[in-house]
Amino acid sequence: MSDATAGNLSQAAAESRRTDAEQTGPMLAADGRPLKQSLNRALRAQKLRALALIAPLLLFLLVTFVAPIVDMLFRSVENQIVSETLPRTVMALEDWDETDLPSEDTYAALAYDFREAAERRRHTRLGSRLNYEQTGLSSIFRRSGRGIDDVGEVYADQFIALNAAWEEPATWVALMGDPDWIAAQAEWAATEDTEAREPSFRLATGIENVLPETADAYRSFARAIQAEARNPDSPVEEEPWNTVYLALYRDLAAAPASAITGYSGPEEALLREAADAVSGFETVNLRETFAEIEEGWVEMPVWGTIETFSDPYTAGYFLASVDLRLTPQGIEPVDENQRIYLLLFQRTIVLSLSIMGLCVILGYPIAFLLSNLPMRTSNLLLILVLLPFWTSLLVRTSAWKVLLQQQGVINDVLVWMGIVSDGARLALINNQLGTVIAMTHILLPFMILPLYSVMKTIPPSYVRAAKSLGATNWTAFWRVYFPQSVPGIGAGCILVFILSIGYYITPELVGGRTGIFISNRIAFHISDSLNWGLAAALGTILLVLVLVLYWLYDRIVGIDNVKLG
Amino acid sequence: MKLKSLLLMSTGAALAATAVAAQDMADSMTIVSWGGAYQSSQINAYSDPYQEMNPDVEIVWDESSPEAVARMRAMEEAGNVTWDLVDVVAADAIRLCDEGLAMEVDHDEMLAPADDGTPASEDFGELIVSDCFIPQIVYSTTNGYRTDVAEWEGRTPEDVCALFDLENFPGTRTLERRPINNLEWALLCDGVAMEDIYDTLETEEGIDRAFAMLDTIKEDTIWWTSAAEAIQFLADGEAVMGSTYNGRLFSAIVEQDQPIEMLWDAQVFDIDGWVVPADLPDDRLARVEDFLVFATDTQRLADQAAYISYGPARASSAPMVGTHAELGVEMAPHMPTNPANSERVIVFNYLWWADYRDDLDARFQAWLAQ
Amino acid sequence: MDYKLPPYATTGQRIWFYGFRVICGLIFFFLMAPILVIIPLSFNAENFFTFTPGMLAFDPDAYSLRHYQDFFTNPGWQQALRNSLMIAPVATLISVSLGTLAAIGLSQSHVPFKGTIMAVLISPMIVPLIISAAGMYFFYSRVGLQGTYWGVVLAHAALGIPFVIITVTATLVGFDRSLTRAAASLGANPVTTFFKVQMPLILPGVISGGLFAFITSFDEVVVVIFVGSAGQQTLPWQMFIGLREQISPTILAVATILVAVSICLLTAVELLRRRSERLRGMSPG
Repeated sequence: MSDATAGNLSQAAAESRRTDAEQTGPMLAADGRPLKQSLNRALRAQKLRALALIAPLLLFLLVTFVAPIVDMLFRSVENQIVSETLPRTVMALEDWDETDLPSEDTYAALAYDFREAAERRRHTRLGSRLNYEQTGLSSIFRRSGRGIDDVGEVYADQFIALNAAWEEPATWVALMGDPDWIAAQAEWAATEDTEAREPSFRLATGIENVLPETADAYRSFARAIQAEARNPDSPVEEEPWNTVYLALYRDLAAAPASAITGYSGPEEALLREAADAVSGFETVNLRETFAEIEEGWVEMPVWGTIETFSDPYTAGYFLASVDLRLTPQGIEPVDENQRIYLLLFQRTIVLSLSIMGLCVILGYPIAFLLSNLPMRTSNLLLILVLLPFWTSLLVRTSAWKVLLQQQGVINDVLVWMGIVSDGARLALINNQLGTVIAMTHILLPFMILPLYSVMKTIPPSYVRAAKSLGATNWTAFWRVYFPQSVPGIGAGCILVFILSIGYYITPELVGGRTGIFISNRIAFHISDSLNWGLAAALGTILLVLVLVLYWLYDRIVGIDNVKLG
Repeated sequence: MKLKSLLLMSTGAALAATAVAAQDMADSMTIVSWGGAYQSSQINAYSDPYQEMNPDVEIVWDESSPEAVARMRAMEEAGNVTWDLVDVVAADAIRLCDEGLAMEVDHDEMLAPADDGTPASEDFGELIVSDCFIPQIVYSTTNGYRTDVAEWEGRTPEDVCALFDLENFPGTRTLERRPINNLEWALLCDGVAMEDIYDTLETEEGIDRAFAMLDTIKEDTIWWTSAAEAIQFLADGEAVMGSTYNGRLFSAIVEQDQPIEMLWDAQVFDIDGWVVPADLPDDRLARVEDFLVFATDTQRLADQAAYISYGPARASSAPMVGTHAELGVEMAPHMPTNPANSERVIVFNYLWWADYRDDLDARFQAWLAQ
Repeated sequence: MDYKLPPYATTGQRIWFYGFRVICGLIFFFLMAPILVIIPLSFNAENFFTFTPGMLAFDPDAYSLRHYQDFFTNPGWQQALRNSLMIAPVATLISVSLGTLAAIGLSQSHVPFKGTIMAVLISPMIVPLIISAAGMYFFYSRVGLQGTYWGVVLAHAALGIPFVIITVTATLVGFDRSLTRAAASLGANPVTTFFKVQMPLILPGVISGGLFAFITSFDEVVVVIFVGSAGQQTLPWQMFIGLREQISPTILAVATILVAVSICLLTAVELLRRRSERLRGMSPG
């Protein structure tokens, strides 16, 4: 299609040449525009056309491939779960000096947060998240989920004893609910439509100024019970959580008398009565209440961990990927007996290098032979290279299983030939050797093909010239032929290495204890331990490694020069 | 031009394939399980008879139970739950229930009572380890050994500590590539009393002790990740002794007649059962509930035992366990719950492992890799 | 080294000449051994992966077709085959159509950011599969594609694209641009030129790119495990489960069938390559 443009272009050039002969001044195209402008315009059109052809694919890949990867990378730093699950606690912890246990206010914030998290079943998720950073947090959170119902019960009992109206959901709705919401709710309740959901609860204006914590706690209660997917409840029918009574007590105890007497609105008498009574209430220490639920809540490391990981983004996963951890005291190496990732990265690289080296050693002679045979023979032999390349990866891996295991073909042959005794069969699989053998086999074609395509272009006359000048076979090869084949080696090496460090299936099946790669650990964290953040961080590091090599490959070989058969 | 018509034909074929695929999305119930012999036993005992009664319900089996928790979490994140019923081990059920990914069930309301009228919750008894969990079977992770190892000179392993006895029982072992069970056995064989195992594991010295014990066989062990591998290793003679699920061992020993024997000592009991994903739409939930009533009644659980040697979870099913469906072997002696087999049993401590699994796993993997 | 030994070669040269050939023979053997070993094993009458004594003694009773029978009668394997055949062609179609267009665009003389674009287009081949799989798993879950037919198709199409780009751009490198100019000067519009002149000439490249894309999808296991669900269980997935869950030589029977398919496809590619070279006036060698 672009050739039409090229046609126009040459036409324009021809025209301009003609006009050029007739007149002087800036060269003009047939339509009277200056030639330079016309050429530029043709060029721009050509560029746009090229881009228009590429755009659909580029968009497709951006959506189906690039976006998922970027999305995954994001998970490696994402840590909103802490501040979303415990928003009030995180805020209260901002002024915490970390020298002593947090204040009573922080424990109250924790009570409100935790009550809501337990209702929404978010607390154990946070527990498992924080358990990655500190062992035991998972059970602290799970057990606290069961005990949190009772926090504030003391106050609930006393308010209800004072006036039974405090037990009535209607009292609370009247006190807290926005009149418009109450009306909308009543309208909803009257309709027969079972599909429609209850309108989301709204607070009455001004109540937040009078009873700040109560209003907040009540709203969180109302919204949470409304949000239940199956069998949602309505604040109109449910008595509030005990933590709402706790908030009410704290508000009334803290507020200056004028704030309550100044309040006028629904249930003002009830509120004044309560305000007068709270000074005589039996009180509890929240820190002790939490200590009774779960000892962990009065331990510094637990609070330290929550504080350390309260930011919405964290470097924690990346640190974990290199065997470090973020503690309240700063970055520390993990216990020596738990260090694994650096070792795995190192092993992945060392094994990939060995595989790459073996591929060069095995691939070079083959490529050399192929490039020196007549075309017909070499094409035939090339099929022997391409057939494994085209054979299912799983098939080849399982074949290696059959060949390499202790009761497998190779050991059988060796025993039969008397090279090894039956009792001392070689361990060729389920270790690093197994991974190296199987992967060398799988990746060998990726070495042979680029080598072959480079060697094909080396003119045989150079070697002949060297020989005729007195070079020995070896000198001619080493000094003349080999240097010309180096680009092929480079291309093959980078390709093999890039493909090798990301391998997953083969090490999984034949690698055993010592032959597994970092990819296997990534897969483990995705599907088994569910530590997706760590999986993403490990994946990011691996990806960066691959992209650097890819960039090198592009610089040295050029992406356009990748050949397949 | 031949090539062009080829191209056109393949385009047509591709489009036709799409149409077929679209049709495939018709009304069906997706049940997730473990594959292999276990899934076959479920198909034979539950889903085939159920489909005979309800020919219009199509059941699609998905073998994703090993990744169930990850999948369900991702589905929930996406707000698109495609599964209807999921078979998971108790530990995963607890995890799913904790996170609100599985639906809480009222066992008495949802499930059939025993034939004598005992309500389901009593019939299942203690096996209901989570509010979301509907138990199916009791299985155990236990050891098997080859009976034809010449170097053993006629000695046969008597207890689980044969695993660590390289002198009397030389040869390669095969154990699961995770800390669970292995650490317990290591401590047990290092002289820790059964009831002190988890307390010991909570201390640094206790963990060191367990790993020191495992160190003695580290070089002689192949670590498996799927139970079938363990059986394959034992059957091929790659390993002479090792752990796997008792049902897999049963099938190798009895159904495939391999020279392998069971070592029941210190088997680790675990439970497997159903969970229903949270927030299923009403029509799908109704269909699942209908299936569950049928698939978890006394008769069906007893029927399953005719295909695989796992103990039925209902007390009322136990007396009805008969013979193997094809071989006619009496099944009761092969059940992990059989008194002769369960003289010494470790009960898997789900809650303890929920806390310590990340840490011990990191340590275990680091230990393995070194 | 010349491919024929000259008559005046010294003993040392002779030894080296034959020695080198033996070495190459061994390496070729290494390349072929795994494929050669699974073919007889797929006829094993036993249910395990090892050569039985009977097989080594060439006892006819030790061989059987039962695993092939199992493959063709087992509904699980048949469903997997059907799924593979439903996914791979559609994925191929997408990668070929988009890929060919883009390759034509890339082969123009003035493409801005050509390097970057090329790098992005080739990246699905370079990025480790586990990373692509994990990313797609999370992202497709979020947009509701995880566990759906189209999710797998799109993922596989993305993975097949680099192969199409590479093969088609390679064909276009040798494409004689004056042909399209001639067509244009004779009055053909760009669309006609494309279909009547350009397309027939690059078709071999397109088809071999398509075959690569097809085999990529047909042989892909990591991504489909993550992105697919039971309804999209493909042949390689079934084999992977087979290798890990219920080991049976049916896998080897499937493998043998796949090797046969590979040979057919490979022959097709080779023939296409020759045809392409002939069309472009190069010697087929």
